[in-house]
Amino acid sequence: MSALLTVSGVSKAFGGLQALSDITLSVNAGEIFGLIGPNGAGKTTLFNTLTGLYATDRGEILLNQTRLDNRPPHKVLKAGLARTFQNIRLFAEMTALENVLVGRHARTHSGVIGAVLRLPATRREEADSHDRALALLQRVGIAQHAQRLAKNLSYGDQRRLEIARALATEPSLLALDEPAAGMNPAERSALRELLLQLQADGLTLLLIEHDVKLVMGLCTRLAVLDYGVKIAEGTPDVVSRDPKVIAAYLGDETL
Amino acid sequence: MTLSAHLKSRWLIFGLFAISLALLPFLIDASMGRSWVRLLDLALLYVMLALGLNIVVGYAGLLDLGYVAFYALGAYVYAWLASPHFGLHLPFWAILPLGAALAGLFGVLLGAPTLRLRGDYLAIVTLGFGEIIRIFMNNLNAPFNLTNGPQGINLIDPVQLGGASLSQPLSVFGYTFSGVHLTYYFFLLLVLAVIFISMRLENSRIGRAWVAIREDEIAAAATGINTRNLKLLAFAMGATFGGLAGGLFASFQGFISPESFNLMESIMILCMIVLGGMGHIPGVIFGALLLTLLPEALRYTGEWQRNLFGQIYIDPADLRMLLFGIALVAVMLYRPAGLIPSARRRQEFADAKA
Repeated sequence: MSALLTVSGVSKAFGGLQALSDITLSVNAGEIFGLIGPNGAGKTTLFNTLTGLYATDRGEILLNQTRLDNRPPHKVLKAGLARTFQNIRLFAEMTALENVLVGRHARTHSGVIGAVLRLPATRREEADSHDRALALLQRVGIAQHAQRLAKNLSYGDQRRLEIARALATEPSLLALDEPAAGMNPAERSALRELLLQLQADGLTLLLIEHDVKLVMGLCTRLAVLDYGVKIAEGTPDVVSRDPKVIAAYLGDETL
Repeated sequence: MTLSAHLKSRWLIFGLFAISLALLPFLIDASMGRSWVRLLDLALLYVMLALGLNIVVGYAGLLDLGYVAFYALGAYVYAWLASPHFGLHLPFWAILPLGAALAGLFGVLLGAPTLRLRGDYLAIVTLGFGEIIRIFMNNLNAPFNLTNGPQGINLIDPVQLGGASLSQPLSVFGYTFSGVHLTYYFFLLLVLAVIFISMRLENSRIGRAWVAIREDEIAAAATGINTRNLKLLAFAMGATFGGLAGGLFASFQGFISPESFNLMESIMILCMIVLGGMGHIPGVIFGALLLTLLPEALRYTGEWQRNLFGQIYIDPADLRMLLFGIALVAVMLYRPAGLIPSARRRQEFADAKA
């Protein structure tokens, strides 16, 4: 298996707080890679450095041989890494459909002149974006809410809309920050199905999640962070028996 | 209603609307006098300005308090190139686009240093830029007399269209159109163009990206939007419309001075947008017309007071500002989305209340 994402020696400090120290890991194409750890371990910080929201202090991030570290977020996205946010960040005042259409921005090109004159190329592009956006809403199961404002959707639907928006950018790697947070059991199992389908379609997933059962069942491999340090990496079986992981995160809960 | 009947009624409404727009200056001339037609011309300029600022504030969510700088720039470019000040008398079709383009360029130049600022901080810096331009115009009469200082530039050429000047009456088929009527049609044409461009942009890839930036800049960037370029584009587009309106203003008034471009002017244009309905084209147009025409109507209150009480208790000019303040507070309290909000914002505010 070839590595799609390679993170080598990435460090990030906020003043005196070392949020990430020397993180090295690699995500293979086609797998679901889990990132777990207690609150404040640095999982979201790692996401933010991966997606260009934070600059790294040291280290290198490679996606498909493209350097991603210290590049602006829109370039990271264009290189093929899309993400969702832990505290849902939708465009609240736009409809669900428009939210997904914004996701098409990086893969479309029409500018001011095309928009004002409605050039044939622009019209084709718009029609294509609409079709794709509707198909994506269908896929995550919220097509019936296409014309509703994002802020009026239920919590679970908002999470799904965020995934649809990220998928619209045609990523090769999709990073999900706690996608199951706040979902009820039925929504969770629907999400699980969706993620497995996406994997089957050849998408690689990077997943931060606190639902240990979901993570252990879904992920091919896991990395565990604690105080900004990677304390374990491997298959769910190996990681869940690791004494360091049990001490830091899992506790004595039997799995 | 069948589809064809529906289409027919749509065309009928459109036709009636076009005819009433065409007849409007004559109706107003007959009922209220020529000075109101002149005011209508001015109101059209403010519609243009408000629509330009609406791109920056309403769509992209960038609170710009120095918008009048671009209006001033367009006006001065027109005055420099078509007045005895430098002895240049270029035709309007060359100057207007030049002034608009130059204003657009300045939109980018002034926008660039503010890219990292948001909300209040952006407002303060743009306010500063607006004042800087005005103070420059006020003081650039030495060592080289560029702007003629506070005296301003006089005798600016009116727009000449195919031999007819927009400041002179024109006889067509035995009927005489006055200058203000001709100006009305010319401005109306340009305003319709600006409305058309705004509408097309609103429902486009670019317009969606602007709204996305307004809604959540970080999410917009993480969704692949180059926020720097799109914010600059919004500044440039808004400034272009401002520059165009400025050039028209200079040609219309025949005289400009820095006094026409003070901070109050920026705030008024912003008020038009907020009062009418931010980000919603019909609302913005309504706000611009209301805030240009209403203060003039309030001038009559002086006469009423004299008739009622025998003397004037409140100076009409003061009353205007007072009523203005009350109206703004009332709108913010009872119609926070503006007088004609977009369906979307109406829904949002209704939800917030529920």
